[in-house]
Amino acid sequence: MIPLQAVAMGFVAAGALAVVLSRDLVRLTMLSSLYALTLVVLFLVFQAPDVALSELVVGAVGFPLAIVVAIVLERGR
Amino acid sequence: MTRQARIGLFAVSAAGLAALMLWGASGLPSFGHYRGPYGQIVNHVAPSERHVTNVVTAVVFDYRGVDTLGEEFILFAAAMGVALLLREVRDPRARRNDRVSSDAVRLAGVGFAAGLFVLGLSVVAHGPITPGGGFQGGVVLASAFALVYLAGDYRSYRKLTPSFGIDLAKGTGLGVFTVVGIVSLLLGTAYLHNFGPLGTAGTLASGGTISILNIATGLEVMAAFVLLFTEFLEELAVTRAPR
Repeated sequence: MIPLQAVAMGFVAAGALAVVLSRDLVRLTMLSSLYALTLVVLFLVFQAPDVALSELVVGAVGFPLAIVVAIVLERGR
Repeated sequence: MTRQARIGLFAVSAAGLAALMLWGASGLPSFGHYRGPYGQIVNHVAPSERHVTNVVTAVVFDYRGVDTLGEEFILFAAAMGVALLLREVRDPRARRNDRVSSDAVRLAGVGFAAGLFVLGLSVVAHGPITPGGGFQGGVVLASAFALVYLAGDYRSYRKLTPSFGIDLAKGTGLGVFTVVGIVSLLLGTAYLHNFGPLGTAGTLASGGTISILNIATGLEVMAAFVLLFTEFLEELAVTRAPR
Protein backbone atom coordinates (compact mmCIF):
# COMPACT_ATOMS: atom_id res chain seq x y z
CA MET A 1 0.00 0.00 0.00
CA ILE A 2 1.45 3.33 -1.00
CA PRO A 3 1.25 6.30 1.44
CA LEU A 4 -1.46 8.04 -0.62
CA GLN A 5 -3.75 5.03 -0.24
CA ALA A 6 -3.08 4.90 3.49
CA VAL A 7 -3.96 8.59 3.83
CA ALA A 8 -7.19 8.10 1.84
CA MET A 9 -8.13 5.17 4.09
CA GLY A 10 -7.39 7.27 7.17
CA PHE A 11 -9.77 9.99 5.92
CA VAL A 12 -12.50 7.39 5.29
CA ALA A 13 -12.07 5.98 8.80
CA ALA A 14 -12.21 9.47 10.34
CA GLY A 15 -15.26 10.36 8.22
CA ALA A 16 -17.11 7.19 9.22
CA LEU A 17 -16.38 7.84 12.88
CA ALA A 18 -17.63 11.42 12.56
CA VAL A 19 -20.88 10.24 10.93
CA VAL A 20 -21.47 7.68 13.68
CA LEU A 21 -20.72 10.12 16.51
CA SER A 22 -22.82 13.04 15.27
CA ARG A 23 -26.22 13.47 16.94
CA ASP A 24 -27.64 16.54 15.17
CA LEU A 25 -29.52 15.53 11.99
CA VAL A 26 -28.46 18.47 9.81
CA ARG A 27 -24.84 18.01 10.85
CA LEU A 28 -25.22 14.30 10.15
CA THR A 29 -26.39 14.99 6.60
CA MET A 30 -23.46 17.29 5.88
CA LEU A 31 -21.00 14.85 7.44
CA SER A 32 -22.34 11.89 5.47
CA SER A 33 -21.96 13.96 2.30
CA LEU A 34 -18.35 14.69 3.25
CA TYR A 35 -17.87 11.03 4.11
CA ALA A 36 -19.09 10.12 0.61
CA LEU A 37 -16.48 12.52 -0.74
CA THR A 38 -13.70 10.76 1.21
CA LEU A 39 -14.95 7.46 -0.28
CA VAL A 40 -14.77 9.02 -3.76
CA VAL A 41 -11.12 9.94 -3.13
CA LEU A 42 -10.46 6.42 -1.84
CA PHE A 43 -11.95 4.79 -4.95
CA LEU A 44 -10.02 7.19 -7.18
CA VAL A 45 -6.75 6.44 -5.39
CA PHE A 46 -7.41 2.72 -5.76
CA GLN A 47 -7.91 3.25 -9.53
CA ALA A 48 -11.66 2.61 -9.70
CA PRO A 49 -12.89 5.83 -11.39
CA ASP A 50 -16.22 4.33 -12.48
CA VAL A 51 -17.13 3.40 -8.92
CA ALA A 52 -15.87 6.79 -7.72
CA LEU A 53 -18.25 8.57 -10.12
CA SER A 54 -21.20 6.43 -8.99
CA GLU A 55 -20.40 7.09 -5.34
CA LEU A 56 -20.08 10.81 -6.09
CA VAL A 57 -23.49 11.14 -7.71
CA VAL A 58 -25.31 9.01 -5.13
CA GLY A 59 -23.49 10.30 -2.05
CA ALA A 60 -23.47 13.96 -3.01
CA VAL A 61 -26.87 14.26 -4.72
CA GLY A 62 -29.31 11.45 -4.06
CA PHE A 63 -28.83 10.59 -0.40
CA PRO A 64 -28.51 14.12 1.14
CA LEU A 65 -31.57 15.33 -0.77
CA ALA A 66 -33.81 12.60 0.62
CA ILE A 67 -32.52 13.22 4.17
CA VAL A 68 -32.85 17.01 3.95
CA VAL A 69 -36.44 16.74 2.71
CA ALA A 70 -37.23 14.32 5.54
CA ILE A 71 -35.73 16.71 8.12
CA VAL A 72 -37.65 19.71 6.78
CA LEU A 73 -40.93 17.77 6.74
CA GLU A 74 -40.36 16.54 10.28
CA ARG A 75 -39.62 20.06 11.55
CA GLY A 76 -42.65 21.53 9.83
CA ARG A 77 -44.92 19.14 11.69
CA MET B 1 -28.54 -4.46 32.37
CA THR B 2 -26.32 -1.88 34.07
CA ARG B 3 -24.25 0.59 32.10
CA GLN B 4 -21.02 -1.08 33.19
CA ALA B 5 -22.19 -4.52 32.06
CA ARG B 6 -23.24 -3.12 28.69
CA ILE B 7 -19.85 -1.44 28.16
CA GLY B 8 -18.13 -4.69 29.16
CA LEU B 9 -20.23 -6.70 26.70
CA PHE B 10 -19.53 -4.14 23.97
CA ALA B 11 -15.77 -4.20 24.65
CA VAL B 12 -15.63 -8.00 24.42
CA SER B 13 -17.70 -8.22 21.23
CA ALA B 14 -15.92 -5.25 19.59
CA ALA B 15 -12.55 -6.84 20.32
CA GLY B 16 -13.79 -10.12 18.82
CA LEU B 17 -15.11 -8.37 15.71
CA ALA B 18 -11.87 -6.41 15.30
CA ALA B 19 -9.82 -9.61 15.58
CA LEU B 20 -12.02 -11.35 12.99
CA MET B 21 -11.77 -8.42 10.57
CA LEU B 22 -8.00 -8.15 10.96
CA TRP B 23 -7.69 -11.89 10.39
CA GLY B 24 -9.88 -11.65 7.28
CA ALA B 25 -8.06 -8.59 5.91
CA SER B 26 -4.65 -10.20 6.39
CA GLY B 27 -5.67 -12.99 3.99
CA LEU B 28 -6.73 -10.63 1.19
CA PRO B 29 -4.61 -10.55 -1.97
CA SER B 30 -2.47 -7.40 -2.07
CA PHE B 31 -3.60 -4.41 -4.12
CA GLY B 32 -3.21 -4.96 -7.86
CA HIS B 33 -3.02 -8.76 -7.58
CA TYR B 34 -6.56 -9.66 -8.57
CA ARG B 35 -7.08 -13.44 -8.54
CA GLY B 36 -10.40 -13.85 -10.41
CA PRO B 37 -10.02 -14.98 -14.02
CA TYR B 38 -12.97 -13.05 -15.55
CA GLY B 39 -11.60 -9.54 -15.04
CA GLN B 40 -8.36 -10.44 -16.79
CA ILE B 41 -10.18 -12.11 -19.69
CA VAL B 42 -12.62 -9.21 -20.17
CA ASN B 43 -9.83 -6.63 -19.97
CA HIS B 44 -7.97 -8.58 -22.63
CA VAL B 45 -10.87 -9.33 -24.96
CA ALA B 46 -13.28 -6.35 -24.77
CA PRO B 47 -11.23 -3.63 -26.54
CA SER B 48 -10.70 -5.73 -29.66
CA GLU B 49 -14.05 -7.55 -29.55
CA ARG B 50 -16.31 -4.55 -28.85
CA HIS B 51 -14.15 -1.55 -29.86
CA VAL B 52 -14.59 0.24 -26.53
CA THR B 53 -11.88 1.59 -24.26
CA ASN B 54 -13.96 1.61 -21.05
CA VAL B 55 -14.33 -2.08 -20.25
CA VAL B 56 -16.75 -1.37 -17.38
CA THR B 57 -19.29 -0.01 -19.88
CA ALA B 58 -18.77 -3.04 -22.14
CA VAL B 59 -19.52 -5.34 -19.19
CA VAL B 60 -22.56 -3.37 -18.02
CA PHE B 61 -24.25 -2.84 -21.41
CA ASP B 62 -23.09 -5.91 -23.27
CA TYR B 63 -21.64 -8.92 -21.46
CA ARG B 64 -24.19 -8.63 -18.62
CA GLY B 65 -26.78 -6.49 -20.38
CA VAL B 66 -29.72 -8.51 -19.03
CA ASP B 67 -28.66 -7.76 -15.43
CA THR B 68 -28.56 -4.07 -16.30
CA LEU B 69 -32.05 -4.30 -17.81
CA GLY B 70 -33.21 -5.75 -14.48
CA GLU B 71 -31.57 -2.87 -12.62
CA GLU B 72 -33.29 -0.37 -14.91
CA PHE B 73 -36.62 -1.95 -14.07
CA ILE B 74 -35.78 -1.72 -10.35
CA LEU B 75 -35.04 2.00 -10.66
CA PHE B 76 -38.16 2.49 -12.78
CA ALA B 77 -40.35 0.68 -10.25
CA ALA B 78 -38.77 2.47 -7.28
CA ALA B 79 -39.34 5.92 -8.81
CA MET B 80 -42.91 4.99 -9.72
CA GLY B 81 -43.49 3.73 -6.20
CA VAL B 82 -42.30 6.99 -4.64
CA ALA B 83 -44.49 8.97 -7.05
CA LEU B 84 -47.54 6.82 -6.25
CA LEU B 85 -47.05 7.03 -2.48
CA LEU B 86 -46.42 10.77 -2.31
CA ARG B 87 -48.96 11.86 -4.90
CA GLU B 88 -51.77 10.09 -3.13
CA VAL B 89 -51.67 12.27 -0.03
CA ARG B 90 -51.35 15.53 -1.95
CA ASP B 91 -54.16 18.03 -2.04
CA PRO B 92 -54.70 19.53 -5.52
CA ARG B 93 -55.95 22.81 -3.95
CA ALA B 94 -52.69 23.23 -2.07
CA ARG B 95 -50.77 26.48 -2.48
CA ARG B 96 -47.33 26.55 -4.07
CA ASN B 97 -44.74 28.55 -2.17
CA ASP B 98 -41.98 30.24 -4.08
CA ARG B 99 -39.06 31.44 -2.08
CA VAL B 100 -37.25 33.61 -4.60
CA SER B 101 -33.58 34.11 -3.84
CA SER B 102 -31.40 37.12 -4.67
CA ASP B 103 -30.36 37.97 -8.22
CA ALA B 104 -26.73 37.06 -7.53
CA VAL B 105 -27.66 33.58 -6.31
CA ARG B 106 -30.01 33.07 -9.25
CA LEU B 107 -27.39 34.13 -11.80
CA ALA B 108 -24.66 31.94 -10.28
CA GLY B 109 -27.12 29.05 -9.99
CA VAL B 110 -28.18 29.27 -13.63
CA GLY B 111 -24.52 29.36 -14.69
CA PHE B 112 -23.68 26.32 -12.58
CA ALA B 113 -26.79 24.45 -13.72
CA ALA B 114 -25.92 25.00 -17.38
CA GLY B 115 -22.35 23.84 -16.78
CA LEU B 116 -23.55 20.82 -14.83
CA PHE B 117 -25.97 19.89 -17.61
CA VAL B 118 -23.20 19.99 -20.23
CA LEU B 119 -20.96 17.95 -17.91
CA GLY B 120 -23.74 15.37 -17.55
CA LEU B 121 -24.16 15.13 -21.33
CA SER B 122 -20.41 14.67 -21.67
CA VAL B 123 -20.26 11.96 -19.00
CA VAL B 124 -23.11 10.07 -20.73
CA ALA B 125 -21.68 10.51 -24.24
CA HIS B 126 -18.19 9.35 -23.26
CA GLY B 127 -19.48 6.20 -21.56
CA PRO B 128 -17.78 3.75 -23.96
CA ILE B 129 -14.51 5.72 -23.90
CA THR B 130 -13.77 7.06 -20.43
CA PRO B 131 -15.04 6.31 -16.88
CA GLY B 132 -18.67 7.20 -16.40
CA GLY B 133 -21.66 6.45 -18.55
CA GLY B 134 -25.43 6.41 -18.55
CA PHE B 135 -25.99 5.97 -14.83
CA GLN B 136 -23.50 8.53 -13.52
CA GLY B 137 -24.21 11.03 -16.29
CA GLY B 138 -27.96 10.64 -15.81
CA VAL B 139 -27.73 11.60 -12.14
CA VAL B 140 -25.50 14.59 -13.01
CA LEU B 141 -28.12 15.72 -15.55
CA ALA B 142 -30.88 15.38 -12.95
CA SER B 143 -28.86 17.33 -10.37
CA ALA B 144 -28.60 20.21 -12.86
CA PHE B 145 -32.41 20.47 -12.65
CA ALA B 146 -32.28 20.25 -8.85
CA LEU B 147 -29.85 23.17 -8.87
CA VAL B 148 -32.41 25.24 -10.77
CA TYR B 149 -34.76 24.72 -7.82
CA LEU B 150 -32.09 25.41 -5.21
CA ALA B 151 -30.84 28.64 -6.78
CA GLY B 152 -34.04 29.70 -8.49
CA ASP B 153 -37.57 28.80 -7.55
CA TYR B 154 -40.02 25.94 -7.74
CA ARG B 155 -41.97 27.38 -10.66
CA SER B 156 -38.90 27.57 -12.94
CA TYR B 157 -37.98 24.03 -11.91
CA ARG B 158 -41.42 22.74 -12.86
CA LYS B 159 -41.37 24.68 -16.13
CA LEU B 160 -38.15 22.89 -17.08
CA THR B 161 -39.46 19.49 -15.99
CA PRO B 162 -43.05 19.06 -17.19
CA SER B 163 -44.52 15.77 -15.99
CA PHE B 164 -45.36 14.65 -19.51
CA GLY B 165 -41.79 15.18 -20.74
CA ILE B 166 -40.29 13.39 -17.76
CA ASP B 167 -42.63 10.43 -18.12
CA LEU B 168 -41.87 10.30 -21.84
CA ALA B 169 -38.09 10.34 -21.24
CA LYS B 170 -38.41 7.69 -18.55
CA GLY B 171 -40.50 5.37 -20.70
CA THR B 172 -38.39 5.95 -23.81
CA GLY B 173 -35.15 5.13 -21.99
CA LEU B 174 -36.43 1.82 -20.69
CA GLY B 175 -38.33 1.08 -23.93
CA VAL B 176 -35.26 1.52 -26.13
CA PHE B 177 -33.30 -0.85 -23.86
CA THR B 178 -36.00 -3.53 -24.14
CA VAL B 179 -36.51 -3.08 -27.89
CA VAL B 180 -32.76 -3.34 -28.63
CA GLY B 181 -32.85 -6.70 -26.86
CA ILE B 182 -35.81 -7.85 -28.95
CA VAL B 183 -34.07 -6.77 -32.17
CA SER B 184 -31.07 -8.92 -31.30
CA LEU B 185 -33.48 -11.82 -30.69
CA LEU B 186 -35.01 -11.23 -34.15
CA LEU B 187 -31.50 -11.31 -35.63
CA GLY B 188 -31.19 -14.84 -34.29
CA THR B 189 -28.75 -14.10 -31.45
CA ALA B 190 -29.09 -14.04 -27.67
CA TYR B 191 -31.14 -11.31 -25.95
CA LEU B 192 -29.16 -8.01 -25.92
CA HIS B 193 -26.36 -9.50 -28.01
CA ASN B 194 -24.36 -6.65 -29.55
CA PHE B 195 -25.36 -6.27 -33.22
CA GLY B 196 -24.55 -2.66 -34.11
CA PRO B 197 -21.68 -1.47 -36.28
CA LEU B 198 -18.76 -1.35 -33.83
CA GLY B 199 -17.08 1.77 -35.19
CA THR B 200 -13.59 2.90 -34.23
CA ALA B 201 -12.44 2.41 -30.64
CA GLY B 202 -11.94 5.70 -28.83
CA THR B 203 -14.59 7.68 -30.77
CA LEU B 204 -18.03 8.69 -29.50
CA ALA B 205 -19.89 6.32 -31.83
CA SER B 206 -18.07 3.13 -30.90
CA GLY B 207 -19.24 -0.12 -29.39
CA GLY B 208 -22.38 -0.74 -31.49
CA THR B 209 -25.41 -1.26 -29.25
CA ILE B 210 -23.30 -0.37 -26.18
CA SER B 211 -23.56 3.26 -27.28
CA ILE B 212 -27.33 3.09 -27.78
CA LEU B 213 -27.99 1.33 -24.47
CA ASN B 214 -25.69 3.78 -22.69
CA ILE B 215 -27.64 6.79 -23.94
CA ALA B 216 -30.99 5.09 -23.23
CA THR B 217 -29.84 4.44 -19.66
CA GLY B 218 -28.74 8.07 -19.29
CA LEU B 219 -32.22 9.20 -20.36
CA GLU B 220 -34.00 6.78 -18.03
CA VAL B 221 -31.81 7.54 -14.99
CA MET B 222 -32.12 11.29 -15.52
CA ALA B 223 -35.91 11.08 -15.77
CA ALA B 224 -36.20 8.73 -12.77
CA PHE B 225 -34.11 11.03 -10.56
CA VAL B 226 -35.94 14.15 -11.75
CA LEU B 227 -39.21 12.41 -10.90
CA LEU B 228 -37.87 11.58 -7.42
CA PHE B 229 -36.67 15.17 -6.94
CA THR B 230 -40.03 16.52 -8.11
CA GLU B 231 -41.96 14.36 -5.67
CA PHE B 232 -39.65 15.28 -2.76
CA LEU B 233 -39.48 18.98 -3.64
CA GLU B 234 -43.24 19.11 -4.04
CA GLU B 235 -43.44 18.05 -0.38
CA LEU B 236 -41.31 21.09 0.52
CA ALA B 237 -42.69 23.68 -1.85
CA VAL B 238 -46.37 22.95 -1.44
CA THR B 239 -48.27 23.89 1.67
CA ARG B 240 -51.04 21.46 2.31
CA ALA B 241 -54.43 22.84 3.13
CA PRO B 242 -55.20 22.26 6.83
CA ARG B 243 -57.38 19.22 7.37
